[in-house]
Amino acid sequence: MIENLKHIFGNKIIDYVKNYDIDTLVAKKEALIQMISFLKNEEKFDFLMDLFAIDYLGYPDKKFEHRYEIVYNLYSFENNKRLILKVPVTEENPSVDSIVSFYSSADWYEREAYDMYGIVFNGHPNLKRILMYEEFQGHPLRKDYPLKKRQPRIDLK
Amino acid sequence: MEILEKIEKIVGKNKVEKLDDGRLVLNMGPSHPAMHGIVRILLTVEGERVKDAEVEIGYLHRGFEKTCENINYNQIIPYTDRLNYVSPFINEVGFVMAVEKMMGVEIPERAKYIRVIMSEIARITDHLTCVAANAMELGAFTPYFYLINSRELLYQAGDMVSGGRVTPNYFRVGGTSFDLSPDFFEFTRNALKELDKNISDAKKLIERNRIFYDRLKDTGKITKEEAINWGFTGPMIRSVGVDYDVRKYNPYLVYERFDFEIPVCFDGDNYSRYLIRMEEIEQSKKIIEQAMEQIPNGPISSDDYSVSLPPKEEVYNSIEGLISHFKLTFEGPKTPKGEIYFAVEGGNGELGYYIVSDGTHKPWRVRVRPPCFSITSAIPRLIKGGYIADIIATFGQINMIGGELER
Amino acid sequence: MGLEKAFGESWVTSKMEFAINWARKFSFFNYPFVTACCGMEFMSTFASTYDIARFGAEFPRFSPRQADVLFVVGTVNQKMAPVLKRVYEQMIEPKWVVSFGVCATSGGFYDNYAVVDGIDKIIPVDVYIPGCPPRPQAVLDALVKLQQKVQKEKLV
Repeated sequence: MIENLKHIFGNKIIDYVKNYDIDTLVAKKEALIQMISFLKNEEKFDFLMDLFAIDYLGYPDKKFEHRYEIVYNLYSFENNKRLILKVPVTEENPSVDSIVSFYSSADWYEREAYDMYGIVFNGHPNLKRILMYEEFQGHPLRKDYPLKKRQPRIDLK
Repeated sequence: MEILEKIEKIVGKNKVEKLDDGRLVLNMGPSHPAMHGIVRILLTVEGERVKDAEVEIGYLHRGFEKTCENINYNQIIPYTDRLNYVSPFINEVGFVMAVEKMMGVEIPERAKYIRVIMSEIARITDHLTCVAANAMELGAFTPYFYLINSRELLYQAGDMVSGGRVTPNYFRVGGTSFDLSPDFFEFTRNALKELDKNISDAKKLIERNRIFYDRLKDTGKITKEEAINWGFTGPMIRSVGVDYDVRKYNPYLVYERFDFEIPVCFDGDNYSRYLIRMEEIEQSKKIIEQAMEQIPNGPISSDDYSVSLPPKEEVYNSIEGLISHFKLTFEGPKTPKGEIYFAVEGGNGELGYYIVSDGTHKPWRVRVRPPCFSITSAIPRLIKGGYIADIIATFGQINMIGGELER
Repeated sequence: MGLEKAFGESWVTSKMEFAINWARKFSFFNYPFVTACCGMEFMSTFASTYDIARFGAEFPRFSPRQADVLFVVGTVNQKMAPVLKRVYEQMIEPKWVVSFGVCATSGGFYDNYAVVDGIDKIIPVDVYIPGCPPRPQAVLDALVKLQQKVQKEKLV
């Protein structure tokens, strides 16, 4: 499968590793929609198990430039196989295409990633905060957001 | 029509259409008994029919993932208890196994069996709570008492081994914190017998009860393709005919040694979810009985003292024991740099942990794959077109648990 | 007062204040504001093993207007804070608040951006129950303490 992907997408695939028996692909974000569509329709990855972001700000000895990575955790029930697809996103332009049209479950996962990291998903039908409230400033799971910085909604004693 | 004309005179012609529309926006929750306290649904209703719905969550967001980035691996375990607080042992097993896999630690056989037994006890309490609360919300109060009474005995069994009823904080990276107490097996056997009695009593009251049946049958229906697309797992996906269960498809611990089955229904409605939960209790009981037969004697945690605490005799009598005790207590276990995804079968479905480590004692990022997150996101799909009263039945069978939904 | 002498033993005399407080303390209508893990122990307390009905507080009212004890069960975060305040304001006097569990009392070990560190920053609290979550025995103890407090209250 990996050979097949490398053949089709060529230099769009930045890296491929096996993380503790799970195939992990790192791909350029321009190829995301094409790749998701290929994985879902041709390789039968019918479950989107999880979608979230990771902030690598200040990660020790990091070998790449970008700050965020979006992780797509796919599962194929037919082949009982997992695949993790990672898409790098830069700090200057934290945006990526939405995959709601492929997986309905991506709807809330993308909203959560937007809420927690401020990553914009282009084409998402209803991109707004989900866990935090509208008045909240900033994105709490970013590494530069202090752990104990509270923003009360009402006056507390 | 006379009233309409009068209103038209007052507000003008264009606005009357909206009044005549008959739609009503209704707020349900967050502090509503059937919403389990923390979910808000904005309903657009036409008469009794739900035309549109929007779900708002976040009323129990407690910053679990951010907190984890600031503490060491053993300190995270009590936080994982409070994710799915109805089946806390399973959350712990998932987390410690992810860390162990990362560190390459092999745990002793006895610890594996203890983990299986406690996980299955937790699964039973999860399903009991779900069915009991669902029946109570639908007006059947007596089965609630039967089911909660047997849950009480299982809580006491958990209390016996760990010292905590709801939040045990029992497992550690590299094994468990204590061995099972000597009278645990006898107590659990009696508790399971009591469970049998209580379940058959409760079943007599609800399973073929006209009201209960009519309110669950054919409500909250979903097709197989849609359920997969929405990312359902656990009893929800098994109710549409997909027998996906992590215990069978990617066996962990010693699950492949037990004889048990995965119940499947094909209707995709609330009643089949109820049947699956009841059958899973039976299967979990079977697993516990087999595990209690097979459990070997021996150590309960790894003998690598950089992972698990050395026994007290060594701490007091040898310098190496003291040093490793000190280091492990203050710093916690250390993982190599890397990323891992590890999933176990939780009460509601696949419970996965994605851990990113930067090679220190604290994780760089801990992500939980909460099983009921994707299920809750499908609520508008499940309740659209049904009656308002069906929302309670559907919501109860989804088994939304705030702790893992919003973390 | 001698009324017993005049009317026979079918009469009991008492102070108004004592009688009303006695009636109040054995007929709490509670409003469970359940959010998190503590709700599991709250369910246990209401089931037959621990049986809160022995203390006359078994009847939950899910409308704040009909309740007189507010049980805040579980973590209250910043998003939930206005909701809790509004529920409290909707209750009619006399009203009491029980803070159930350590999260409601002080925020517990959730010392971070999302959680309010103690509901007493939002509403006044009468009884605090420690524990994460508290055992049913602790809940019953707190209920008895609340009854003692109610008995001592002044009506005017």
